[in-house]
Amino acid sequence: MSTEPAVPTERTVPTRFEPPVGDESGPFWEATREGRLLVQWCTACDQGVFYPRAFCPSCAGAGGARRALEWREANGRATVHAAVVEHRPELAGASFAHGEPFCIALVDLEEGVRMMTNVVGCPPGDVHGGMAVTVTWEPMSDGRQLALFRPTGEGS
Amino acid sequence: MSREDRSLRGAAAVVGVADDVSPTGELDRTGRELEVAMVLDALEDAGLTLADVDGVCHPESAVAFAEYLGLHPTFVESTMTGGSSYEVHVEHAAAAIAAGVCDVVVSVYASTPRSDRTRKRARPRRGMPGPNPMAEWELPFGLRLPMGPYALAADRHMHEFGTTSEQLAAIAVATREWAALNPRARYRDPLTIADVLASPLQVSPLHLLDCCLVTDGAGAFVMTSAARARTLRKPPVYVLGAATCTDHLGITQMPDLTTTPGAVSGPRAFAMAGVGPADVDVLMGYDSFTITALLHLEDLGFCAKGQGGPFAAEVGLGPGGSLPMNTNGGGLSFTHPGMYGMFLITEAVRQLRGEGEKRQVDGAEVAVAHGSGMFLSVMSTAVLGTAATL
Repeated sequence: MSTEPAVPTERTVPTRFEPPVGDESGPFWEATREGRLLVQWCTACDQGVFYPRAFCPSCAGAGGARRALEWREANGRATVHAAVVEHRPELAGASFAHGEPFCIALVDLEEGVRMMTNVVGCPPGDVHGGMAVTVTWEPMSDGRQLALFRPTGEGS
Repeated sequence: MSREDRSLRGAAAVVGVADDVSPTGELDRTGRELEVAMVLDALEDAGLTLADVDGVCHPESAVAFAEYLGLHPTFVESTMTGGSSYEVHVEHAAAAIAAGVCDVVVSVYASTPRSDRTRKRARPRRGMPGPNPMAEWELPFGLRLPMGPYALAADRHMHEFGTTSEQLAAIAVATREWAALNPRARYRDPLTIADVLASPLQVSPLHLLDCCLVTDGAGAFVMTSAARARTLRKPPVYVLGAATCTDHLGITQMPDLTTTPGAVSGPRAFAMAGVGPADVDVLMGYDSFTITALLHLEDLGFCAKGQGGPFAAEVGLGPGGSLPMNTNGGGLSFTHPGMYGMFLITEAVRQLRGEGEKRQVDGAEVAVAHGSGMFLSVMSTAVLGTAATL
């Protein structure tokens, strides 16, 4: 098995499945064009909401559900909650990984929301729960960017 | 109305079952032909006919299936929760029968993914209707479905509780011991923990032998009221308790990767049944992956949260053990056509009737069929019992 990091070798990787833009997530994707990571914030219960929604699910029973959510910029720092390595990329249909094992992780942003990502910039098997990671952007074909993460302090 | 007033305990019974699987993993029949055969076999098992049926469950379209059968049912149930659909159908059918909505309900499953592939049969592609947050927030990262979410849960369980691959493998080994006693099982050769660990890593930490099969399979069950059940051919298997809970669809939204909504459905079903984990003679716990079954052991209360690893390795889940689990050989070694929950019910019923042949658990009176759907997303628990448990 290779221990090479699953870093995309080209800056644009058209073979990655490019996500649709949901009804509530336009501002999120627009901000990625500038390398800004936005999360929705509920001012009623003072916590982040992810994925983007038209209301705050935490407030659903508490009367705050109709309060408008606002967008806030996240600082890009996160902690790995769980991480796995796909050892058969061809079975996952993940041609972006160039046939090499790659890491899929759930990371918790410092702002308190959890998102799925790929952790790049280190051997995939080195990624583990509790690891500090920082956002890094991968351009998509339409100018939006995908939020990947790399170990904090590794490269730029 | 109090919770007790809504209890379904003993109101309805499973009175007929049928299933079709092959050690080759492939069946000759497919589609509606196979579904109809299962329904007729299950009705015959019960001593009933199609003319008795006034309730139809089918996780794609109960209406379309009822039309095909030429029935005019007063209860149609198309709830699709993935692998737990059939436990949900048991719950909803029991409720409908208890409420007088209908009298005789059939639920059916047929899926032939293995022979569809080898015979190059076209399979309809089904997308989820409506907005699809998983496409937007999960699919771009190449997480293989359905395996990937389970691997994430396993990784987190290992991180929090020190659970080991050896402990997960012990579940596959015990399940294979049961399969060795079932001539219809896909895999019957002895299996060791070393074999599981030596099988290729898929999505780590899961090895190939931590994962269920892909086989053809089909089944059906028939339910009716307790009163009518007592007039039929086979000993009734009563629904003592049933409950369902979901707390996410995509794994990103799972509140706690190490606790499934079975921690809600299990205790609710046990409370309705008036029994607890110590009373369970046979546990049919959906084993899409070894981690799935391990989480059931904790969430249903057989052991404490976090103790599933040592418990699975030591309690004795195999033949002669103190907690017989997945006595047909499970999704890991018997069959897994995609929505395996039907086979939890057919095996539980056979065990409670004493029809388990070489794998019969002596004196089995209480069995649990615990289904898991989607990505640890929808858990549905049915507590079943013999007449002696009423």
